[in-house]
Amino acid sequence: MITAIETSGLTVRFGNFTAVGDVSLTVAAGTRHALIGPNGAGKTSLVHALTGAIPASSGTVCIGGEDVTHLSQAARVRHGLARTFQINQLFRGLTVLENVTLAIFERERKTRAFWRLAASDKAVIDEARSHLAFVHLDALADRPVHSLPYGAQRLIEIAIALATKPRVLVLDEPAAGVPAAQSESIFERIHALPRDLTLLFVEHDMGLVFRFAERITVLVGGQIMTEGTPAEISADDRVRQVYLGRRGHHAAA
Amino acid sequence: MNSVTSSVTSSVMRIGIGLPLFLVAVASYFLFPGQLGLIAHLFILAIFALSYDLLQGHAGVVSLGHAVFFGIGAYTTAILGRHGVSDPLVVLVLAFLVSGAVAGLLTRIVVVGNDLTRLLVTLGIGFLFFEAANKANWLTGGADGMPDFEVGRLFGLYAFDFMGKTAFWYTLAVLAVVYLFLLLVTSSPFGVALRGIRENVRRMHAIGAPVNRHLAVTYIMSGAIAGIAGALLAQTSRFASLDMLGFERSAEVMMMATLGGTGSIPGVVLGAATFGYLKDMLSVISPKYWHLGIGIVLMLSVFVLRSGIAGALAGLARRMERRA
Repeated sequence: MITAIETSGLTVRFGNFTAVGDVSLTVAAGTRHALIGPNGAGKTSLVHALTGAIPASSGTVCIGGEDVTHLSQAARVRHGLARTFQINQLFRGLTVLENVTLAIFERERKTRAFWRLAASDKAVIDEARSHLAFVHLDALADRPVHSLPYGAQRLIEIAIALATKPRVLVLDEPAAGVPAAQSESIFERIHALPRDLTLLFVEHDMGLVFRFAERITVLVGGQIMTEGTPAEISADDRVRQVYLGRRGHHAAA
Repeated sequence: MNSVTSSVTSSVMRIGIGLPLFLVAVASYFLFPGQLGLIAHLFILAIFALSYDLLQGHAGVVSLGHAVFFGIGAYTTAILGRHGVSDPLVVLVLAFLVSGAVAGLLTRIVVVGNDLTRLLVTLGIGFLFFEAANKANWLTGGADGMPDFEVGRLFGLYAFDFMGKTAFWYTLAVLAVVYLFLLLVTSSPFGVALRGIRENVRRMHAIGAPVNRHLAVTYIMSGAIAGIAGALLAQTSRFASLDMLGFERSAEVMMMATLGGTGSIPGVVLGAATFGYLKDMLSVISPKYWHLGIGIVLMLSVFVLRSGIAGALAGLARRMERRA
């Protein structure tokens, strides 16, 4: 088995608080792997530590068998690890097309060039349009991003990440903040991604998780509680308890 | 607000308005033959403001010490002139290189951090250079400045005359070159990356962008062009002095860019010209209280011209389009 992501003993501490504690997670290449857990379980912190947005306090991160623990976020992207954000992180004042071409220019190291016109690089623009076509946004290519509805902006998140040509794509709640009907269509697009692209996604909607994930890791209190196939996880009493318990807690509060 | 207007203004005012601006500048030679010196000064201010706005308007990096490079350009010119290097274009290139090199040395401490730390760091750098120039009497003339140095003939033919004819064409030509250069830079893949940094630096890291490298290149370019502006002022006024790298000049360049519409190249040129002209006019009316007038204009501009002259013109263009 080729591992796409392998963390061992990954720990993230903020002062005295341990957000991620001793997480050893293995994701096989080509898998669609979900990361679930109640609010505050440390899912986003784990995503940050994986991608290098925040440094790990201890432990290691390997991507495609290579140790990237001490690499910057940008260097990890060059190793084929891309991510999307739970809250949109887009270039709001740029057009939809520019958002995607920028990622391609960076990937191709073409942003060093200040003596050429960006608009005349046909190869890059054609590729960007193909990513936009994949998320069904090619018709809006020339609109500024801030003028698009939120659901469409969620898809640009994915298109930008795809433009880095990742081998591993980490999606942090790709459908966060959009109505249920739209999260369906976002996950339909995620489902349509090439099979050789490894996906690790954080998601709250259990219906979507059980439909689209091949393996599921449950994170509770910053630690892995269990891991297994959707069937195993849905049959696990402890998992049910965590979710029911949380709901009960919410009701009490 | 900034990002919204800049995308609109950039599409409306990209290259289209550059040519009429240039023609107006040329026409001013014939319309105001007695004011050529002042107009050349406005061109120089425009170059300086453009250099600054590459940082603030395009990469979103603020600085309160940009006059350091302007001053270095001016002093380089004066010092070279005293040592017999006086060909205007040779000096211009050397001033460009020297101020770019100094920017390169400073880039590490400027590029790191956020807006607030950058303001403080650049402010500090400004004070350090001011004090250094003040104390290095043997080199800079200290508080007296450098009044006498040689400025050669342009192309070995055209001396800088009293009427400012040579200065006018010389500074206009340099402004046109800088304008076109920045138009190219901001339309390049590098320029898109700069706007990416301005819009969302977090995402830039997440797409693998070498953000600090981009900012370093920008800072060096910006410093080098500011050095050209300083050299031009020294050449055309035959004077280099402390106020050319002082805080006030650093603050003024920020005001010029904001008044014109930060992020818009033609807007910034108009902003610099407007600011320079107002300052001159107000100081003629009242040499003592001209700051009062500038203050009122600045405050009004924030409320009336929210995105500067460029934003107002873009709004006007949109309204006319709708009517047509």
